[in-house]
Amino acid sequence: MTQSPATNASSIPSTANIEESQKIAHVTAKDFSIYYSSKEVVKKINLDIWAKKVTAIIGPSGCGKSTFLRSINRMNDLIPGCTVTGDLSLNGTNVYGKRIDITALRKTAGIVFQKPNPFPKSIFDNIAYGPRLHGVTRRPELELVVEKSLRQAALWDEVKDRLPNNALSLSGGQQQRLCIARSLAIEPDILLMDEPTSALDPKATARIEDLISELRGKYTIIIVTHNMQQASRISDFTAFFYEGVLIEYDQTLPLFTNPSKKRTEDYITGRFG
Amino acid sequence: MKITTRKMLDRSFSSFGLFSIVLMILALLVILVPIFKRGSTAIVFNGTVEHRRFLLERFERGDEQEMASEITAIQAAQKPVYDMIEHFENRQRKYLDALNEPLTKLAKRSDSIGRLTKRRLKRLDKNKPFLTNVKTIQKLTDRLKGHVDSDNIQAEIEQLDATIQKIETQTKNLVELKEAIRELLGPAPGETRPVLLRKQYGQTRWDRAQVKLHEVLYIEKWDYSNEGMGRKVFEPRVEHFRGTEIEPLFDYMETNTEAMLRPQLTFYWGFLTDKSMDIHIFGGIFPELLGTVYLTLGAILFAVPMGVIAAIYFSEYARPGIIISFLRICISTLAGVPSIVFGMFGLAFLLNGCHLPKGVLAGSLTLALVILPTIIRSAEEAIRAVPRTYREAALSLGASRWRTVVTVVIPAALPGILTGTVISMGRAAGETAPIIFTAAASVAATLSLNPLQVWDQPTQALSWNIYNLCTEHEAANEIQHVLFGMTATIILVVLFLNLFAIILRARISKKLKGETT
Repeated sequence: MTQSPATNASSIPSTANIEESQKIAHVTAKDFSIYYSSKEVVKKINLDIWAKKVTAIIGPSGCGKSTFLRSINRMNDLIPGCTVTGDLSLNGTNVYGKRIDITALRKTAGIVFQKPNPFPKSIFDNIAYGPRLHGVTRRPELELVVEKSLRQAALWDEVKDRLPNNALSLSGGQQQRLCIARSLAIEPDILLMDEPTSALDPKATARIEDLISELRGKYTIIIVTHNMQQASRISDFTAFFYEGVLIEYDQTLPLFTNPSKKRTEDYITGRFG
Repeated sequence: MKITTRKMLDRSFSSFGLFSIVLMILALLVILVPIFKRGSTAIVFNGTVEHRRFLLERFERGDEQEMASEITAIQAAQKPVYDMIEHFENRQRKYLDALNEPLTKLAKRSDSIGRLTKRRLKRLDKNKPFLTNVKTIQKLTDRLKGHVDSDNIQAEIEQLDATIQKIETQTKNLVELKEAIRELLGPAPGETRPVLLRKQYGQTRWDRAQVKLHEVLYIEKWDYSNEGMGRKVFEPRVEHFRGTEIEPLFDYMETNTEAMLRPQLTFYWGFLTDKSMDIHIFGGIFPELLGTVYLTLGAILFAVPMGVIAAIYFSEYARPGIIISFLRICISTLAGVPSIVFGMFGLAFLLNGCHLPKGVLAGSLTLALVILPTIIRSAEEAIRAVPRTYREAALSLGASRWRTVVTVVIPAALPGILTGTVISMGRAAGETAPIIFTAAASVAATLSLNPLQVWDQPTQALSWNIYNLCTEHEAANEIQHVLFGMTATIILVVLFLNLFAIILRARISKKLKGETT
């Protein structure tokens, strides 16, 4: 952190230290912009997000990081007046292409939101909601999926005896893990997390972080966070957004120890934001 | 602002609020308590032996042997009354017979008096009612007075006239008395059975019996001696019969009414499940209750699906714009339209336009229109209140919009939708104007219990019949307990529906929030 930002002038993602076999671009953005009505909130972003890695997106409030995240599985479609330009592809398919099947897209890219948002249904029905949508209807199959997802989300031991109970009776941290399990139940390739721990206490946060570490290598994870310690703890790569612009994108360790841009350094040292 | 001022304001506001709530509750009590008090008399009252006899004969409820012994008892108690009347009647007959001799003498005359008398006397007939014969002779003597040409028979004729006048007055009084007694005790023994059901029985209720007893004992007259308003006065009927066999009858009846009618505390639960007989003089209000249930359920059946779908469209699909705003204003306006307008619409469109028969279907559809705006608005509010995060969660898992609505939004909005529905049900149950032209009939066959058979049947309904019986019934006074019973029933129906709504809402909300285990 003490090094000069001038040592690395490039804003192009540095991949020098990654082994060749791991360099598979999962999400690719090319000159990708997002507008709310006429306001450009994400400005001409170019980046590759690597498969099976944890990528953190950091930046001050209102910098467009959540907007970008949500655009990956087109959750921004819900916001009236939201339009995009440029290219964004997932697994090589244009996310905003004309023939895209949004249901299939969202099955590929699951999302976990800032506030835990389980349905007001039973724990079982929460997890089974996705599989049911995608055609799994037989009870034994559903039970298998539910158990597998809950185990993956490290929630199984806590809830296995009360699957018929309402999901809202769980604690906040449990609810968030339930939401992760719910996303995992549709077997996505990529897991988008929009500040998943900002509404949780430190203990629950730690559990979620452990969970993310466990999921590392199985899924491509993109996590938006305000918490820089968290980003440094759990991510392989970090992207820094500022006012809709991608300022810097690098492996986490170099970015935090040796940021190439002044703004990045200012932000991670706490001079603003 | 100073803290003391603020505290004072705060306190005055809360006390004002409390005061208005107390005022509201008081107003409610002032209205409801008398209605329930009088309405309950439809079910709990002092029933006479006539009530039990009616139930046994018409609804086959009660013990036949007990009834037989009861009837023997009341007949024994009533016997002196009818005996006195019979004696009196015989006396009158004798008086009339005594006129036979002078009249035949007159008939033998060869002048016009003789011819007139002869002609008139031929009209007398033992089979005709006594009073008719009396009147025939009275007319004769009246005519004769004009024919008198010599003094020697004038005195005779005038005496005849005076006698017959007296007999006529007494007979008339007796007929009135007998009518009053018949209303109280039912037909006299040996009398031919009257056609009208209400004349076949005496008073079934002790409170009504006392009114009728008063009518036996006193004659209602109007005193116009004062300037302007007339005054109602009661003249003891006994004055008409001073010095006759009937004089003791009045005292006897006054002291022995209980023995003659045997009142006892009765719980008539059949009020809610019996059909009415002779337009609510007897029986219960089951046809009305059933009609109201059919109409209300029918209205809900049509209005809820339409209303919920419209609400889903408004809140989930419609893009905000001029058209949607306009539609919203229309719906709000519709909610405020007087219900008679809906009734007229039902008449014009459903009956005259679509040629639907006047019946449950047309009535239900009209009621559905009345409650539709309320259902749309409440469902829309409930759907809007569902957190956005639920929708996001469902959509993010790949659900389509429709699937999200059906599997997540509607279940979460259910408490609100149900509350709106049940409150609308209360409204539909109470509405009168929309069904006047489209479904209501003051007299109709009781609806079948099979819903498929009733769609084209006109029906009674509580709301309509309360109004109709109050204004149109020829004996509205006699069936006040039924009217209040109906009113209390409809209030109870609405109260229970609302209570049901509150409980249902609480239970579903609790379930949604995961508070139940």
